[in-house]
Amino acid sequence: MTWSATARGAQQPDNTAFTQQRLPAWQPLLSASIALPLFFCAGLAFIGLGLGLYYTSNSIKELEYDYTGSPDTGNCSACAEAGQDGAPPPNCSCALNFSLPELFQGPVYFYYELSNFYQNNRRYSVSCDNAQLSGFPSALRQPVNDCAPYQYGAAGLPIAPCGAIADSLFNDSFSLWHQRQPGEPYVEVPLDRTGIAWWTDNHVKFRNPPLVNGSLALAFSGTAAPPSWPRPVYELSPDPNNTGFVNQDFVVWMRTAALPTFRKLYARIRQGNYSAGLPRGDYRVHITYNYPVRAFHGRKLVVFSSISWMGGKNPFLGIAYLVVGSLCILTGFVMLVVYIRYQDQDDEDDSDD
Amino acid sequence: MFRQSLNRFCAGEEKRVGTRTVFVGNHSVSGTEAYIAQRFCDNRIVSSKYTLWNFLPKNLFEQFRRIANFYFLIIFLVQVTVDTPTSPVTSGLPLFFVITVTAIKQGYEDWLRHRADNEVNKSTVYIIENAKRVRKESEKIKVGDVVEVQADETFPCDLILLSSCNSDGICYVTTASLDGESNCKTHYAVRDTIALSTAESIDTLRATIECEQPQPDLYKFVGRIDIYSDSLEAVARSLGPENLLLKGATLKNTKKIYGVAVYTGMETKMALNYQGKSQKRSAVEKSINAFLIVYLFILLTKAAVCTTLKYVWQSTPHNDEPWYNQKTQKERETLKALKMFTDFLSFMVLFNFIIPVSMYVTVEMQKFLGSFFISWDKDFYDEEINEGALVNTSDLNEELGQVDYVFTDKTGTLTENSMEFIECCIDGHKYKGVTQEVGLSQTDGPLTYYDRNREELFLRALCLCHTVEIKTNDAVDGATESAELTYISSSPDEIALVKGAKKYGFTFLGNRNGQMRLENQRKEIEEYELLHTLNFDAIRRRMSVIVKTQGGDILLFCKGADSAVFPRVQNHEIELTKAHVERNAMDGYRTLCVAFKEIVPDDYERINRQLIEAKMALQDREEKMEKVFDDIETNMNLIGATAVEDKLQDQAAETIEALHAAGLKVWVLTGDKMETAKSTCYACRLFQTSTELLELTTKTVEESERKEDRLHELLTEYRKKLLHEFPKSTRSLKKAWTEHQEFGLIVDGSTLSLILNSSQDSSSNNYKSIFLQICMKCTAVLCCRMAPLQKAQIVRMVKNLKGSPITLSIGDGANDVSMILESHVGIGIKGKEGRQAARNSDYSVPKFKHLKKLLLAHGHLYYVRIAHLVQYFFYKNLCFILPQFLFQFFCGFSQQPLYDASYLTMYNICFTSLPILAYSLLEQHINIDTLTSDPRLYMKISGNAMLQLGPFLYWTFLAAFEGTVFFFGTYFLFQTTSLEENGKVYGNWTFGTIVFTVLVFTVTLKLALDTRFWTWINHFVIWGSLAFYVFFSFFWGGIIWPFLKQQRMYFIFAQMLSSVSMWLAIILLIFISLFPEILRIVLKNVRRRSARRNLSCRRASDSLSARPSVRPLLLRTFSDESNML
Repeated sequence: MTWSATARGAQQPDNTAFTQQRLPAWQPLLSASIALPLFFCAGLAFIGLGLGLYYTSNSIKELEYDYTGSPDTGNCSACAEAGQDGAPPPNCSCALNFSLPELFQGPVYFYYELSNFYQNNRRYSVSCDNAQLSGFPSALRQPVNDCAPYQYGAAGLPIAPCGAIADSLFNDSFSLWHQRQPGEPYVEVPLDRTGIAWWTDNHVKFRNPPLVNGSLALAFSGTAAPPSWPRPVYELSPDPNNTGFVNQDFVVWMRTAALPTFRKLYARIRQGNYSAGLPRGDYRVHITYNYPVRAFHGRKLVVFSSISWMGGKNPFLGIAYLVVGSLCILTGFVMLVVYIRYQDQDDEDDSDD
Repeated sequence: MFRQSLNRFCAGEEKRVGTRTVFVGNHSVSGTEAYIAQRFCDNRIVSSKYTLWNFLPKNLFEQFRRIANFYFLIIFLVQVTVDTPTSPVTSGLPLFFVITVTAIKQGYEDWLRHRADNEVNKSTVYIIENAKRVRKESEKIKVGDVVEVQADETFPCDLILLSSCNSDGICYVTTASLDGESNCKTHYAVRDTIALSTAESIDTLRATIECEQPQPDLYKFVGRIDIYSDSLEAVARSLGPENLLLKGATLKNTKKIYGVAVYTGMETKMALNYQGKSQKRSAVEKSINAFLIVYLFILLTKAAVCTTLKYVWQSTPHNDEPWYNQKTQKERETLKALKMFTDFLSFMVLFNFIIPVSMYVTVEMQKFLGSFFISWDKDFYDEEINEGALVNTSDLNEELGQVDYVFTDKTGTLTENSMEFIECCIDGHKYKGVTQEVGLSQTDGPLTYYDRNREELFLRALCLCHTVEIKTNDAVDGATESAELTYISSSPDEIALVKGAKKYGFTFLGNRNGQMRLENQRKEIEEYELLHTLNFDAIRRRMSVIVKTQGGDILLFCKGADSAVFPRVQNHEIELTKAHVERNAMDGYRTLCVAFKEIVPDDYERINRQLIEAKMALQDREEKMEKVFDDIETNMNLIGATAVEDKLQDQAAETIEALHAAGLKVWVLTGDKMETAKSTCYACRLFQTSTELLELTTKTVEESERKEDRLHELLTEYRKKLLHEFPKSTRSLKKAWTEHQEFGLIVDGSTLSLILNSSQDSSSNNYKSIFLQICMKCTAVLCCRMAPLQKAQIVRMVKNLKGSPITLSIGDGANDVSMILESHVGIGIKGKEGRQAARNSDYSVPKFKHLKKLLLAHGHLYYVRIAHLVQYFFYKNLCFILPQFLFQFFCGFSQQPLYDASYLTMYNICFTSLPILAYSLLEQHINIDTLTSDPRLYMKISGNAMLQLGPFLYWTFLAAFEGTVFFFGTYFLFQTTSLEENGKVYGNWTFGTIVFTVLVFTVTLKLALDTRFWTWINHFVIWGSLAFYVFFSFFWGGIIWPFLKQQRMYFIFAQMLSSVSMWLAIILLIFISLFPEILRIVLKNVRRRSARRNLSCRRASDSLSARPSVRPLLLRTFSDESNML
């Protein structure tokens, strides 16, 4: 008897909320009475935010100067002409002049911009060896195949750093000179070339190979510099903490850009007299013009920009918030009308009964 | 496979011969005639699909025949061979997983089939070989073997009965597992072999049997046995279905029999009646395949567009190979056409996530897990059989929500299959219920009229006029034996009548030496000598017995259908009885009229002679007997009528009404007699009393000489009538069936085959189409006298109608198996007649009433869930891939992935899979109780409504909109110098991560908006998934993974979140993406609210006029009639 009783229990389905699909549940209904206030609140909040963003964006100043080689700006066209065939001319220098009628509120960030440069091309963006850049000696001498055709140099030596990204490192250099009053000599504006790369990139992701006898050059012995580079990687900068793979310009360059027109941070201007920004006066950018862009119909620009809490100048976000906010409120009103109409109709129906 | 083809081959070969010759016992019949062994198939049943060695190739082949699997295989191969942006692991691993799981599942199922086959094939049987009883495995039986079968064993193959332990060569058989008739049938041995009832004697038999080649009709068999005695003069006897014992039937009440095998293995009638269990595909799966093709097209278009544009873009050399990104020598040397081709393939691989493997995994999981809710449902639990519902196939859950036609068996499905004597009427007076010791109580009519003799005569008639036998139960000890008489008969009605008579004091005690014994109210034993039994047949629709009383009077008792008896009685009191019978029939009872006549001895002499003559006739025996019977059963006196109830299953009528209300068409397919079936249909309200019945039966058709003309006439007449009634298209039928005159159609098996098979004529096709037109216009169709295969034929016919409606079959017996297998969804009832139906069904439930909840609640929910699941999956992958496509325009069409490989792989597997799975298991957009109580809701999803072009386009456009918002929102955001307050810049992986973050949140929140039933599980998986995404991104970007070649994601996510602009942008983009959806939901709710209010008003006013569903039947008759007038 007992056995059959247990068998009965075993056969019978469990009577639990889950098995009977009767779990307690919250059954929200996004009704108009909830949605309408939501629309209005969201609309107002968005408009508020949008206004804030819009004004912030507008208060950000941005100056950009094309120095690719158009004849009217500066004298860089000569260099551009010289470098037409693709091979960079040796140390062609030129200058770019501009003047500021008033203080450029700081801190000012100095960018360079390239256009029509496809850092996001797949073949390009995979063409580097992360193990090598992390300083593993084995990888240093055996670059991955992805680096081809920048894998081994002409002499058969492994290239360090290998790959197209590294090879195409932007190698124009800039210095900024300020003339407070006309006639006064140009004073060099100190450019802070540190702190331009992501901290994690500079300190963790990119590492130099272990020093050999205290020398970075020896650590790189047996490797070749990328073909386009005039000097090996360990001579990128005289500063021993900023050379080799951890050179900040290099690290910034290695973070491939998302779009074919991109800006990369060159320096921060925040030292000495310029910590508050760029004062009024004439300015000259001395450019060592190395980087050929004409070959791929690109442009080169220098950009000075101030930065706020929301980053650089970007009207899009503010405008988008404003538009969406107004749309919300508009829809809210339309919904209100629809809702009231239906309500009335229902009331009429009710009164009919 | 080989076996099957072999079978087919040998069957085909034999068909040319036309007949087969079987040597009984495999003895040559004479020395002179050489014994040529004919090759027949062995007695092995094979239902399994695979063998051990062909499993892998065959299963793989079958799996890759699925369009999706094949597609994934191609993608995988492309990834392996061509240089592609994503690793082959991303698609290889899920594919391997899916294939393995499916293979294991199918392997297991096939193993079960193997086991079941083995159980049948290896069962022991006894064969008489050289006068010895040899024990063998069932599969070893050869045609011609003499087989011994014991009581309660099933026949291992089709046998010709040679002899039984009964001296008259009779055995009783139940064919419950074959055609669902649970009663005992009597089979006869040929006279000449009756005596051979021992192993030794049977071995001396020299005979050949010539019979037709195997054919599936259970009720047809033509053969001849030639018995060679010592004189070498062959005695020929004809063999008919009454000599054939079918495989699958069970021997009852007979100790043992000897039979010779004529059909074995796959050639038995049972095997021929079984159809292979074909893979059933649900309508949703077909929709998925259609969507798949659309998305495949989108994918190919995208890849083609990108490839073309890539080469257009690359036509300028500085784009093709700028100095900073030179090609390798090998790349330069590759043929351009080949490069274009591989580029095309690479784009395909890049965009292949648009058709995700994981969808198939999720759909499978949803179906598998979701089906547990059916077996867990305690509403399906039946106390009586101590079992709940059972799910055999989980592939068809959603099909339960799409059913258009329901085909139901009658006996055991609509009815309980247990008859009960309800009332009787004697000389026009109604008697009901048990009374005082006297016996009957008269409930109406003039109380003064009280003729004891007539009552006793009536009860005696009930006790004598039948073919019931008493089962002597050996197992039970003597004391109980006498108290409990177990009646067995080929007709449950007869048992009910005999039991009914017993209730009133007349107990039938059985036959002894040709004497029928009964105990009357005064506890006296009366004995009657049984002279003749004029058996029941379907054409006469009555049966009679001729008995001799102890006093020497010869009496004939006859009982039969009213229409068969009334014309043959001389009594003038028909009218009163007739009224009773009609009322009883209307109440759904099975009615029989009882008549008697006295036969004077002279007449009896003549009758006796005629009967014996007819019985002995070798030719046209049937017709001769019929003629004699006809002569005898005339000029009788009507005594009364009986009413027997075949009890309907609990709530059968309510269920049918609910199904009707849900817009389903219910057809009853039964092997039963027309009258019985009709009354059941009335009782379970398939036919209303106001329903006008159109009959296409032997009765109506055969009145005329040329059947076909008459049939044609009827068909056109009915069509005209229906077209007149429903001038509009069929669509209106669903809604309008309450307003119009209802039509019901009754068809029987022979007429049906006439309609379907009247081949030579060119008009046959015409008949069929007219017939279908009629069927579609009728609210209810009853098909009676159906053979199992005919049931399947009907189902197939409806299945192939225009618009391919979804069919559901429900039945309990083995005779329903073919229709269960044929229809889209087969439901078995765990009935009294064995488990064949339940085993072959897709779902089995204990009772018919469970169909209501199964369809209206479970089916509805499953459909909504899976339809949403499918749409959502395509939606979320289109939004996933569209930004990647757009990105190609900004990266020089270089197949650069926008998202990191981990995101590409994890998106469908981890980040967005669980919420939709939980949704598709738990969602109840409408409460289960509401669904069950309002059948009309079922109509909302009929015709695969949620997967039609409209909803599909909506989802697709939504996805396209969102994908565009994700990409261009981020694109415009990236027009700035920096997004961080420290002026540092972001790269392409940050771009992708922003898009991806917005994507994951939007897609998950979209599901959250759609979820109407938030259980804690939904909360857990939805918020959990989002949290997991954030956690994973931190984790994945937080470590330099030594196994990765590219540390793309290192600190990307953390860096991204450190920017305020990014937060604002993400929130904004999510909001914009969801905005149209929110708007739609709010508007829908406003509309629904008012609609509901309107509806409730209307319903309130309707409720007065609406006819209540449960009302006494007669009451309704009058009111409905008055409505009609």
